[in-house]
Amino acid sequence: MIAKLRNWIDERYPATKVWEEHISKYYAPKNFNFWYFFGSLALLVLVLQIVTGIFLTMHYKPDTELAFDSVEHIMRDVSWGWLMRYLHSTGASLFFVVIYLHMFRGLLYGSHRKPRELLWIVGMVIYLTLMAEAFFGYLLPWGNMSYWGAQVIISLFAAIPYIGEGLAEWIRGDFVVSDATLTRFFAFHVILVPLLLLGLVFVHLVALHKVGSNNPDGIEIKADKKEDGTPKDGIPFHPYYTVKDLFGAGVFLFILFGITFITPELSGWFLERANFEPANALQTPPDIIPLWYLTPYYSILRAVTYPLFGVDAKLWGVLSMGFAIFLFFLLPWLDRSPVKSIRYRGWMFKTALTVFTVSFVLLGYLGTKNPQAIDLFLFTNVRWAQICYFLYFAFFLLMPIYTRLDPVKPVPDRVTFK
Amino acid sequence: MADEHVDQDRRRFLTGVTTGVGAAGVAAAAVPFVASMTPSAKARAAGAPVLVDIGDLEPGKLLKIEWRGKPVWIIKRTQKMLDSLETVKDELADPDSDREQQPQYAQNATRSIEPEVLVLVGLCTHLGCSPLEKLKPGELDSDWQGGFFCPCHGSKFDLAGRVYKNVPAPTNLEVPPHRFLSDSRVEIGVDTTKEDLA
Repeated sequence: MIAKLRNWIDERYPATKVWEEHISKYYAPKNFNFWYFFGSLALLVLVLQIVTGIFLTMHYKPDTELAFDSVEHIMRDVSWGWLMRYLHSTGASLFFVVIYLHMFRGLLYGSHRKPRELLWIVGMVIYLTLMAEAFFGYLLPWGNMSYWGAQVIISLFAAIPYIGEGLAEWIRGDFVVSDATLTRFFAFHVILVPLLLLGLVFVHLVALHKVGSNNPDGIEIKADKKEDGTPKDGIPFHPYYTVKDLFGAGVFLFILFGITFITPELSGWFLERANFEPANALQTPPDIIPLWYLTPYYSILRAVTYPLFGVDAKLWGVLSMGFAIFLFFLLPWLDRSPVKSIRYRGWMFKTALTVFTVSFVLLGYLGTKNPQAIDLFLFTNVRWAQICYFLYFAFFLLMPIYTRLDPVKPVPDRVTFK
Repeated sequence: MADEHVDQDRRRFLTGVTTGVGAAGVAAAAVPFVASMTPSAKARAAGAPVLVDIGDLEPGKLLKIEWRGKPVWIIKRTQKMLDSLETVKDELADPDSDREQQPQYAQNATRSIEPEVLVLVGLCTHLGCSPLEKLKPGELDSDWQGGFFCPCHGSKFDLAGRVYKNVPAPTNLEVPPHRFLSDSRVEIGVDTTKEDLA
């Protein structure tokens, strides 16, 4: 009976074919490790955000007069509303945790290298889109940090010569952040960007399944196949990795609910205190900072305090920030090493990646602090940010040199389990 | 139809023209959508001037009002505050207000019509945060002569809204169009004319 139904469907829609091609007969390298949890976890968070988001829109009101109170209404009056809201806000931060670890995995094992350049670029576009999604969503509660955060980020566009002011007005739909801005950000956050994200994730998966997954050894498993045409070092995604990913999902949900139930604000890291006050157009919060996942770029933005070549510091800051993100796109071509995985790279790349990671994290930390204060030692925060700024760019711009000089180790023919 | 009868040039031309017309259609169709996002007629009309009574404003104090959704500050400066404008001059990026961040009638040493009364748009020229009032000397650091400090990115301004050197903000704070209707009444959003000054 069921077999008959399956046949009936398969003659009209390639259900079994798609299932086999992408799940049950999709061969992935058998040596995946911890770092390979984060792709599937990103999908899980995406679903979590869409589901909780749908239920939040049932109670939220995108109107400057009503928005702040409607969020409080969700928190206090709507049955389980607090859960939806805290899952959504915690999920947003964990989305970036997962994505940053997913990207770091790429750097570790050379997942951006040929033939996965497009896969990496689509992934970077997803990352950018996700930042936009987070930014639009952040305005919706209409708290004071929402308001001033939007004001600052939209003003970035005003730094562009000639068209900047007009562009900023076009984005805001007004001369200041106002009701027009709130309603359009709502439209972007709940319709436009999620649609884009879903489409991009689809393209990301199609690209992945075309080239096949990389692995911790950076070896192409498709190069060594059994007689039946399947890779010797591959195992079917289902049931092997579906089970592995389910375990990962279990651990992840443990963390998600732990934060949601015990400390949803996470001391201001996931929900900022200044945002528990309604937007006030006359009063900037004493310390205005974006949420942690955008602070590395925020730090880069404000690290530039000197005009150069007749261009003022403001425009340099904005350009630096844009360039800092753009460089990730070029990574497949900046990296000239003959090997992909960190396991077979020499000390130069290992040192560079360590320095880069430390400076990225430090930039993120400094971005949450007052630039003039001293939170590390010796120098003010802005000085430290300027040091990290150079290390950040050095990692990318010197990459073609040090990856070529780096003494690499021989890569084995078959994958290993370390 | 056999292939040899296909006029490839004609086909290429027709494909090209169709694509071109189609692209023009898409571009034209995009216009209303893109234009719908510009400030609406209502937003454009909402720029009405604001009348402020500064009769009760004490010397050395700051009054915050809202004009076009932006914070506007009115500060009544003391003689000591005005003296500080000369002291800090060397540390400023544009001490003579050469860049057009003020109406012509406020392009002077105090950036104001009446020397005491300073009117500023309270938004940092870097990325639009509202700077904090640090009006008293020494409030920010020991050399501080009084002025404004932007908490977002650390820009500093003196008591005429002039920007210090080597901070992210590129220009002085904006002086909005304003005029005095009497000694104690200021109208924000309307320029001072020659008749007013006479």
